[in-house]
Amino acid sequence: MRLLLLAPYVGLLWVPFYNFAEPKLFGFPFFYWYQLAWVPLTSLLTYFVYRSVRHDG
Amino acid sequence: MTANIDMPALAVFVFFFLLVTVMGFVAARWRRPESLDHLDEWGLGGRKFGTWITWFLVGGDFYTAYTVIAVPALVYAIGAYGFFALPYTIIVYPLVFAVMPLLWKVAKSRGYVTAGDVVRGSYGSRALELAVASTGVIATMPYIALQLIGMEVAIKALGLTGEMPIILAFLVLALYTYSSGLRAPALIAFVKDIMIYIVVLAAIIVVPSKLGGYGAVFAAADAAFEAKGKGGILLDSAQLVPYVTLALGSALAAFMYPHTLTGIFASAGANTIRKNAVLLPAYTLLLGLLALLGYMGHAAGLQLQSNNDVVPTLFKTLFPGWFAGFAFAAIAIGALVPAAVMSIGAANLFTRNFWKVWVNPDVTPAGEAKVAKITSMLVKVGALLAILLLPTQFALDLQLLGGLWILQTLPALVFGLYTSWFRAPALLWGWAAGFIGGTVLVWSDGLKPLHALSFDGMTVSIYTGLLALALNVAVAVVVNLFVSAKATAPGPLAVAAEGESGK
Repeated sequence: MRLLLLAPYVGLLWVPFYNFAEPKLFGFPFFYWYQLAWVPLTSLLTYFVYRSVRHDG
Repeated sequence: MTANIDMPALAVFVFFFLLVTVMGFVAARWRRPESLDHLDEWGLGGRKFGTWITWFLVGGDFYTAYTVIAVPALVYAIGAYGFFALPYTIIVYPLVFAVMPLLWKVAKSRGYVTAGDVVRGSYGSRALELAVASTGVIATMPYIALQLIGMEVAIKALGLTGEMPIILAFLVLALYTYSSGLRAPALIAFVKDIMIYIVVLAAIIVVPSKLGGYGAVFAAADAAFEAKGKGGILLDSAQLVPYVTLALGSALAAFMYPHTLTGIFASAGANTIRKNAVLLPAYTLLLGLLALLGYMGHAAGLQLQSNNDVVPTLFKTLFPGWFAGFAFAAIAIGALVPAAVMSIGAANLFTRNFWKVWVNPDVTPAGEAKVAKITSMLVKVGALLAILLLPTQFALDLQLLGGLWILQTLPALVFGLYTSWFRAPALLWGWAAGFIGGTVLVWSDGLKPLHALSFDGMTVSIYTGLLALALNVAVAVVVNLFVSAKATAPGPLAVAAEGESGK
């Protein structure tokens, strides 16, 4: 479960994944909306991990 | 003072500034403790801040006024590269989630207030404690100065000139921090954060509709970079490694600073911190949207004297005076919260890891609180003098070095949570190598944060802070192998430290 915490590092630290203009979303080039999308996604992944460890105190 | 002061803007600005001033002083009575004459109360708010207070406080003190001003300015100046702050403030939270609950537990159970306390407790080394504590203080000083620069930009945008307004604002800040401690910025953070959210929401809804939508904003920025021949809305190949290493290095450094650690130590529990790691990215969304204001500046065709003026000028140009005043107040108050927490964090370090150790070991809890209060004043006066007397560029350069310096405390502070293999001398040598080596590199590169390395004829630029950290860890490992080999009884020091009360 804790491995989920590594996902944002993989998704964001390998820039060739997302250094593109297309596809655009609401006028945002891919570079921008892809990184912005990682914000709620990271929150969600962290929440899943939290649910699995919160009873550890 | 000049004649072109926008009265509605000034009135709104003054109203909100007075509001938070009153709140700052009233905060001493908020969740009133039996006495504020104890460092746990003055400097950590009693370690009782729950999820929401912590969310507002850490959000308010991690996302500084400089973020509001400098990130859009960098994006305005060079485009996509300035966005490294976005991945930085995303990947920092899984790290906070994994590391900070452990650190909090150690601090809570042994009564630690600062990073210096933690290091002394783990390794029993006064020298390492002093190294970590003094690094914290000197990395924080220029950071406070930068908050003042952010505040200056907002005040200047109102049309006020001269040094009186900034001196006045800082005097107010210094006095209520003195009397209320961490409770003041914690309470003011509620106002600050809500104001910033309102400002950003207004900007991202209203501005594109005036400028023809986001597609037009990006197109205008692209055309502006094209015309300038520098920057762009995508990264060029030489910017990839700097972008990633700056993001990673900044994320590793972020929660080593005294002001962010203070927010962590002040929270009520490990789960409070974990929940905040889930909830704090909301501010990162804000930061990403704020950064776009840099592009909106191009779409609005602003003529700027300095890149730092992009956000204030955008609001002055596109919004009615009263709302511009609200936005400037948000920026200025946005500078007050981190400046207060930073001065408290630095004061805690000085009191616990210098005064109590080297000057007066028998200091009472009340005496500790007194020393910290006075230190927080002196730290702020120092920062004020620095921006009034020294060139602004000097504060910016020092802030840059501050990030590199604070990163060098990571091995001493964090490694001990996971392993008892490292010994104090090894970590101290590692710290010294990273600190000095990194500073020399930055200096020889003309105070630029990137250092060019050549492999096989291929040159890549890497964030110097990360290189210094690599040197730090390498030296620590090598020295530790040597020290461990010589040690006769290599018992884990973390266990030995359990015996200390740490109070």
